[in-house]
Amino acid sequence: MKKKLTFGGAINQAIDLAMGQNDRVFCIGEDIALMGGSFGVTRGLLQKYGEDRVIDTPISEALIVGAAVGAAAVGMVPIAEIMFADFMTYCFDQLVNQAAKMRYMYGGNIELPMVVRFPGGGGIQAAAQHSQNLENLLVHIPGLKVVYPTTVEDARGLMLSAINDKNPVMFFEHKYLYATMEEVTEEFEPIPFGKAAIRKEGSDVTIVATGYCVNKALTAAEKLAGEGIKAEVIDPRTLFPLDTATIYQSVDKTGKLVVVTEENKRSAWSAEMAALVAEDKYDSLKAKIVRIGALNTPTPFAKNLEDYVLPQEEDIINGVKEIC
Amino acid sequence: MEKTKLLALYKKMVKIRKFEEQASEAFAMGDLQGFVHLYIGEEAVAAGACGAISPDDYITSTHRGHGHMLAKGADPKLMMAELCGRAPGYCRGKGGSMHISSIDLGMLGANGMVGAGFPLAVGAGIAQKIQKIEQVVVCFFGDGSTNEGLFHESLNAASLYKLPVIFVCENNLYGISTRQDRSMAIEDIADRATAYKMPSVIVDGNDVLAVHRAVAEAVKRAKAGQGPTLIECKTYKHHGHFEGDPALYRPEQEVEEWLSKDPIPRFEQYLVEEKIATTEELNDISEQIQAEMVAAVDYAIECPFLEVSEAVKDVYTDLVEEGRNR
Repeated sequence: MKKKLTFGGAINQAIDLAMGQNDRVFCIGEDIALMGGSFGVTRGLLQKYGEDRVIDTPISEALIVGAAVGAAAVGMVPIAEIMFADFMTYCFDQLVNQAAKMRYMYGGNIELPMVVRFPGGGGIQAAAQHSQNLENLLVHIPGLKVVYPTTVEDARGLMLSAINDKNPVMFFEHKYLYATMEEVTEEFEPIPFGKAAIRKEGSDVTIVATGYCVNKALTAAEKLAGEGIKAEVIDPRTLFPLDTATIYQSVDKTGKLVVVTEENKRSAWSAEMAALVAEDKYDSLKAKIVRIGALNTPTPFAKNLEDYVLPQEEDIINGVKEIC
Repeated sequence: MEKTKLLALYKKMVKIRKFEEQASEAFAMGDLQGFVHLYIGEEAVAAGACGAISPDDYITSTHRGHGHMLAKGADPKLMMAELCGRAPGYCRGKGGSMHISSIDLGMLGANGMVGAGFPLAVGAGIAQKIQKIEQVVVCFFGDGSTNEGLFHESLNAASLYKLPVIFVCENNLYGISTRQDRSMAIEDIADRATAYKMPSVIVDGNDVLAVHRAVAEAVKRAKAGQGPTLIECKTYKHHGHFEGDPALYRPEQEVEEWLSKDPIPRFEQYLVEEKIATTEELNDISEQIQAEMVAAVDYAIECPFLEVSEAVKDVYTDLVEEGRNR
């Protein structure tokens, strides 16, 4: 039987399932228990699992992630919420120097099964400190896995995999996607990391997009189809590990690559994606690689300014037309 | 305290002293490289604190972690191998002095980031609370790290949740060259606990029995569900911040004064005066441990290094990074 479910509800379902199956799984973060999280993702868990396992913390982000690392080190499975991805700057040492490096520094003698959730992304007039796409800062760090789901089905399947993983998993949730609704089955399975999804097949150009930009790329692809350009839209789902095989196969077919991400373009994940294809698939390319991203500014507040700075459908269409 | 326990404390202190002296010598000889922060002078803290907890309790450490590791029962041979970057070392040569650890011993790692141990201890404490296990976590830290935000975030949370964490401050007066009176306006770190409604106690950190008593008391409180304690141990390191630092920033008179308060001769005097052991017995113990530590260095420098192909392993449990094609 199929049921309607939101993106946020999907993540809740995965956490609920994992907490029910394994009493070492617990949630920790600001306003996640009594209030159910700033975006309602952990709603109902306190009532079901109690305050020892659904922990409201003081406003101490570094402590949240550091405590998650400590708990994971002694065999627990923490799911930490950092209220806005922008706040990762408070806990950067815990992410970069502790979570990511501990297993390696300790010669492989420790496992850190932990998830850190980061609601991120712009488009909701949250301005410069509550809108960023900082995922690539963490993709850069060996020792972390970085997940960025874009559909309701993926959100719960990838969250289940994140909780089952024995490594620190950084789980990005685009705020614009929380209200997305899909009809899904009640039963669900973990979705493995490192498997991209081809959201739309096409033969003229490969569009690799992440986060909410997948939706924008799909709308752009529909419009392009009307003009006779068949775009293939690929959602990598996990930024690391990255399914280069699926992307390379598509580039072999189309010979053209457009990378669309919401991050500002300077030193962005899209640059890494473009560089990988340039290094490994140079001979398949029939045109230059195009990158679409936000302008290199902080995210402005006013709607007209924000819309101008963030990449929009027409930017994708124009980008594709540059090489098609 | 019975004789065997007292002598166990003594052996632990001497073990740390002799290990560190050998490490210092190996560093001077070039057998051991990198940043090496020695614990000489502070032995009473690690020995006293770890003597008051159980093998299945956890500790978090600092960049000056050899003493904690040994006090938790580490094998000096495997430790020295790690300090020399060798394959049989505790971290397979991937961590070195600053990241030495053993999860099997409940030692959550020496840490190169000042103050990073605080939230790890809170996390381990949360794990114990959730699982309702009667264990404690001892969080070792230096005076300088209490100026980091994480000290305050962690004490606040530990006190709020009444976690079984014992915060043991090794106040050796200096953060590298900066003396405590140049980095904070207060004289006692213990004062900082008041802000978090956490009981605190100041002890002579060069008196192993005083440290042991204070930690044992804190363990009782923690296991009774009464939450964390801060114990400030006033002590001093004999060497500089790291090997190779002549520590010229410390006044000679201050150094001399603290050298005269060396925790090991002090404990020896106590043991002899209380007729727990004779000077000869203590000398025998000391010589035996000395030989053991010399053997540890001999062992370590004969150990192989890891194959370079191993450098890309241990980043993840299930992924191996790409190697170099050469």
